[in-house]
Amino acid sequence: MKKLVSLLVVCALVCAVLLTGCGKKDTLTLNVYNWGEYISDGSEDSFDTIREFEKWYEATYGQKLKVNYDTYASNEDMYNKLSTGAVSYDVVVPSDYMIARMAAEGMLQPLDFGNIPNYEYIDESFRGLYYDPDNLYSVPYTYGVVGIIYNANVVDEADAQDWDLMWNSKYAGNIVQFNNSRDAFATAQYKLGLDVNSTDRADWDAALAELKTQAPLVKSYVMDEIYNMMESGEAAVGAYYAGDYFTMIDAQADSVDLQFYYPERTNYFVDAMCIPSSAQHKELAEIFINYMLSEEPAIANAEFIYYASPNSLVYDSEDYAEELGEETMQILYPGIENFSELYNEFAYRNLDSATLDYLNTLWEELKIA
Amino acid sequence: MKMKPLARFYTALVMIFLFAPIAILLVFSFNEAKSLSVFSGFSLYWYRELFRDSDTLGAVRNTLVLAVSASLISTAMGTAAAVGIHKLRSKYLRTLMDTVTNIPMINPDIITGISLMLMFVFVGRLFGAATSLSFWTMLIAHVTFCLPYVILQVLPKLQQMDKSLPEAAMDLGCTPLRAFFKVEVPEILPGIVTGLIMAFTLSLDDFVISYFTAGNGFQTLPIRIYNMTKKTVTPKMYALATIIFFVILALLLLSNLTDSESAETVRKAREKRKAKKEKNT
Repeated sequence: MKKLVSLLVVCALVCAVLLTGCGKKDTLTLNVYNWGEYISDGSEDSFDTIREFEKWYEATYGQKLKVNYDTYASNEDMYNKLSTGAVSYDVVVPSDYMIARMAAEGMLQPLDFGNIPNYEYIDESFRGLYYDPDNLYSVPYTYGVVGIIYNANVVDEADAQDWDLMWNSKYAGNIVQFNNSRDAFATAQYKLGLDVNSTDRADWDAALAELKTQAPLVKSYVMDEIYNMMESGEAAVGAYYAGDYFTMIDAQADSVDLQFYYPERTNYFVDAMCIPSSAQHKELAEIFINYMLSEEPAIANAEFIYYASPNSLVYDSEDYAEELGEETMQILYPGIENFSELYNEFAYRNLDSATLDYLNTLWEELKIA
Repeated sequence: MKMKPLARFYTALVMIFLFAPIAILLVFSFNEAKSLSVFSGFSLYWYRELFRDSDTLGAVRNTLVLAVSASLISTAMGTAAAVGIHKLRSKYLRTLMDTVTNIPMINPDIITGISLMLMFVFVGRLFGAATSLSFWTMLIAHVTFCLPYVILQVLPKLQQMDKSLPEAAMDLGCTPLRAFFKVEVPEILPGIVTGLIMAFTLSLDDFVISYFTAGNGFQTLPIRIYNMTKKTVTPKMYALATIIFFVILALLLLSNLTDSESAETVRKAREKRKAKKEKNT
């Protein structure tokens, strides 16, 4: 027994040393920090982006490269981890408002676009957006638009109009609303034609009043639970991102027929690749970003994530359009000509802390009532 | 054992709440489709997917390496600490040590996690390191929160042990160290094993403390699963959870078996000794 235990201890320590001792001289490392499930990872016979990048790098530059690929669950998680200075990543993928915040706080460094020639494939309408007006820090990865999902077996097509569907008393007890103050208030603000980034308390009060009239109709306030509720037919109306609608369709029950449309005024997001100031391998990071924009990985990632891609190599690809199907392509790429205008007008921006506090107070008021 | 209807109903209710979630997870890990609400047919598809997902398997390996090293180290340290605390003469000192070791156990995980992270960052800055979190900091964190549980398991066994046993061994010529390994350790072994298994399972499923102390390139399984919430969690995680559940179940059965067996042998030995004593007098 004693021998066995000491043997185990030795084994464990040796393993541990081997595991952390990976930083050998001739192997380069690149630390990538991305959302979970946000890259084509080889599952279900897809393209294994990270492994392929390592292979491609060794074949091109004749040097071994190891990518440490870690994931995070929210912009705030990523921000907190980076701002302690306890970790250092070379590539991160924040959302728009977080890019603006990190850039303002000096947490991002300007990219050398000489190392990212594939940036030319990024559509013009995704350049110069409010979060990075001079195109210094970010390379767009995915974007998405919030739309309304409904079960056509329950909802009358004629009622599927703008945000009104989510306030339609015919479907009382069948409507789900965001369980997140910003998203929930935005649905009311878009409906009323108010600015989602308003600093005027009266605007927020008006939105609260609208949400209060909706409250008796709401089945529950949900985030990720919406998948199961819509798929099973437990709820019939809800707002979510277009890309997630396809995930729901894939798993919907036989008795459910999910449909989707965009309200006139709605929320847009862009997630973009950036290099933090604390990055230790800036040039490698730029090579990685450039690789992510090249045809094969870009298409594979767009197919895997099911969000729209701002990369013309992707949305102009015939293979990609065929893989997704005509209907899906139409929903994912609604042909928004003035995207940057709409985006700059309707997308969320950082709220100042006073407004944020006020929003939280109102949210509590709604949830308690 | 006969139960009244009400008692039976109550027991059934408790059992349902305890085990229905696990049963649902287990069933849906064999689902053909991606949904958690619609079961469309039996399939091992998600198990196959799981074993081809190198990132998830990497996270499993990280978790296991961490749990094995943390539980072994904390068991060794915890046993030594328990022996030390047991030998303390002063009652006040002993109570004090007990309280001190209990603090990390009562402390909310989130506070332990944040304070450990702050300490690592502080020390890292002191030495001018670019990144202060790594496998080693995570290991220290896990040993820290496992330690009190090991002590808690070993200490009662030491108290149950007949004090004259090691004394007798030394009377018969054992060195104190030899007496400890030959006589005391076998006596308290069930406590050590239970402590080891507890430390292992605690380390295995810890999320909060790991979350705060995880460094570059070393993420454990709970962190990886948590981070999947931007999209939905894929059913291969249900498959993984099912496998983990059965492994833990096996470990639990094993520990309970050894526990009751060794308790049995100890009881029998005591009886024999008593019988002999009575015969001699």
